[in-house]
Amino acid sequence: MNALIDFFLRVANLCRKELLTILKDPATRAILVAPAIMQSLVFGYGATYDLINVPYALLDQSRNGASTELIAHLDSTGVFHRVATLRSQADIREVIDTEKALLVIQIPSNFEQQLSAGQTAAIQLILDARNSNTAGSAAGYVSAVVERYNAELRTRAGAPPPSLTVESRAWFNPNLETRWNLLPGMIAALSMLQTLLLTALSVAREREQGTFDQLLVTPMSPLEIMIGKALPPVLVGLVQSSLILLVALFWFGIPMAGSLATLYTGLLFFTVASVGIGLSISAVSANMQQAMLYAFVLLMPLMLLSGLTTPVRNMPHALQVATLANPLRFAIDLVQRVYLEGVGLATVWHNLIPLAVIAAITLPLAAWLFRNRLV
Amino acid sequence: MNGFWSRLISLTRKEFRQLLRDRSNLAIGILLPMVLILIFGYGMSLDVKNAPVAVVMEDASPTAHEAVAGLELSPTIAPVLLGSMHDAEELMRERKVDGIVRVPSDFSRSLAAGNARVQLIVHGSDAGRASIIQAYVTGALMQSSVRRLDRGGNSTGADAPPTGGVTVEQRMWFNAANTSTWYLVPGLIVLIMTLVGAFLTALVMAREWERGTLEALFVTPVRPVEILLAKIIPYFAVGMLGLALCLLSARYLFAVPMYGSLVVVVFASMLYLIVAVSLGLVISSVTRNQFLASQVALIATFMPSMMLSGFLFDLRNVPTAVWVIGHLLPATYFMDLIKTLFLAGDVWPLVWRNCAILLAYAVGLLLVARAVTRKSLD
Repeated sequence: MNALIDFFLRVANLCRKELLTILKDPATRAILVAPAIMQSLVFGYGATYDLINVPYALLDQSRNGASTELIAHLDSTGVFHRVATLRSQADIREVIDTEKALLVIQIPSNFEQQLSAGQTAAIQLILDARNSNTAGSAAGYVSAVVERYNAELRTRAGAPPPSLTVESRAWFNPNLETRWNLLPGMIAALSMLQTLLLTALSVAREREQGTFDQLLVTPMSPLEIMIGKALPPVLVGLVQSSLILLVALFWFGIPMAGSLATLYTGLLFFTVASVGIGLSISAVSANMQQAMLYAFVLLMPLMLLSGLTTPVRNMPHALQVATLANPLRFAIDLVQRVYLEGVGLATVWHNLIPLAVIAAITLPLAAWLFRNRLV
Repeated sequence: MNGFWSRLISLTRKEFRQLLRDRSNLAIGILLPMVLILIFGYGMSLDVKNAPVAVVMEDASPTAHEAVAGLELSPTIAPVLLGSMHDAEELMRERKVDGIVRVPSDFSRSLAAGNARVQLIVHGSDAGRASIIQAYVTGALMQSSVRRLDRGGNSTGADAPPTGGVTVEQRMWFNAANTSTWYLVPGLIVLIMTLVGAFLTALVMAREWERGTLEALFVTPVRPVEILLAKIIPYFAVGMLGLALCLLSARYLFAVPMYGSLVVVVFASMLYLIVAVSLGLVISSVTRNQFLASQVALIATFMPSMMLSGFLFDLRNVPTAVWVIGHLLPATYFMDLIKTLFLAGDVWPLVWRNCAILLAYAVGLLLVARAVTRKSLD
């Protein structure tokens, strides 16, 4: 019984010392809080695939009622803004190359004749696809406008309205806003970014300053040191996640469908797993610089292959297998599903297993490495 | 003047040695670019291809099958035929399908009456992907209904006069293959230059500040400018190595075309690398602490150059405040420039403008770096 109390006392003391190291410096306190809030705000606003402003140039070789009408439809969307009116095909290159216009609409001279003859009249759409995503969306917007115009033509000609309507709706994200997907993802991603670096430094700093040897000769066992070193960053990580959660909930007003208990269970597993990775890096490194570089080299693939920015399903099979070792992948899946879809642990428990496995490997490894460093 | 060169050369040699001695530096200089190249080239894709969509046929008539036949032919979606809505919703909850197309049991009857409805539900867990699927499925279904009308297949409108319509012939300039790889790989150059330049430099310099070895240098005859230059040169070299790896892989691994001239690409990258390295110097001189320097460098470089430089999200579509922040980042101008150079060619007005902006950043940041480094001498 006494041994147990001693154990807890020693761990608690080390935790207190670690928390002091982290929090004593005002600049460090600031850097653990401010960026999480700022980034979630800026990226929350910045992350959008919806088009709100499409500058276009018009090359109207027909110049008559029909073409004007079509363009009026385009202008009335509020999305398309005409930035140039071109005189010849030779002008297209310049407006697209210099990015003045995202697209050029070219209406041929026989446009109205063809239309009034009941034929199909083609307009040309030239898009700047340096960003193929934006170009694809813009093309979709133009097609939708043209479809509406066609429907109007049909009604005017006395043809029946289309007999088919497609009723469309989206589950879990009714207006299909990218922000709704990104912010829950960032609850996990942004906190990992900083927590991992923080943890990676904890042992490396002491090694560099020589105080780690002192810690090793104290009565503390490697297990106690490991727990004492791991708990404070776990706490920091959870606080950061909570800050981003608050921004998502109250600033952006993204409704949370699931329960907080499920969300935090997932985040706890995730943060422990990332802290485990951080501690292992820290225990391997000889000094702070190495620790940070290793952490950084690892962070990039973890972030990029997490499904935060591009879907995991689009990856080739070999890489999908590699993502099984990525705690962030499971955390993002879990947080997004709990947050948006409101599922419970019964549905997302499978995400906890890899997180637990990662923690179960990295934390003991770190504890072992404290005394048996390879180099 | 002679003293300047000999001091600079010996300092630079010292920095190179320091750089090469620690394997972790090489990890970030060579290993990280290679890993990122593979991830960006093979792992990241924003294209929607073969997205599974459940098609629930509650009406088994040929008319109903004909209506959804258009979905089969597309490379965008892969329809999965199902018998019941219950099964489809189950698959959707498990995220096995991205959407559900439901053809109700009275479909052919109501189509004949001219008021048929098809229900489309998309999974909102990836809004961008869902919008594309939504647009695609709607388009394909409407097209097939219009074709039916044109054939006079509708009982109420068989005698209507033929009406023409407008069709859109679209041409994607600069990305004929219409694949995100073509702009992700040039964007990777920006990311690698930023990481190697800013992050690595910030760390190394902060270490010297923290350990006080920089002050030891200050008491020698070397001047702050020489210290800065000697720091810049090795990391500049590491960055150029990364650039070479990127260019080679872009060309030989991913066959991304480069329409601009190589000289301009290399020149612009060198310019941006100076900006990034100077940024790293400023960060380290201001924080003088390895932990803070690493956090600031990470926050100031990695996420912004991914999210705010126009790399993933087009800056034309963001709110003004975010637009302003994006345009404060030098990465934005380099991103714009490198994408144009790769995919569009040497568009001189754009090249001059962005190079001038980058040059201004380089000079400005170097001056700031010099100012903060000198201050500590007093």
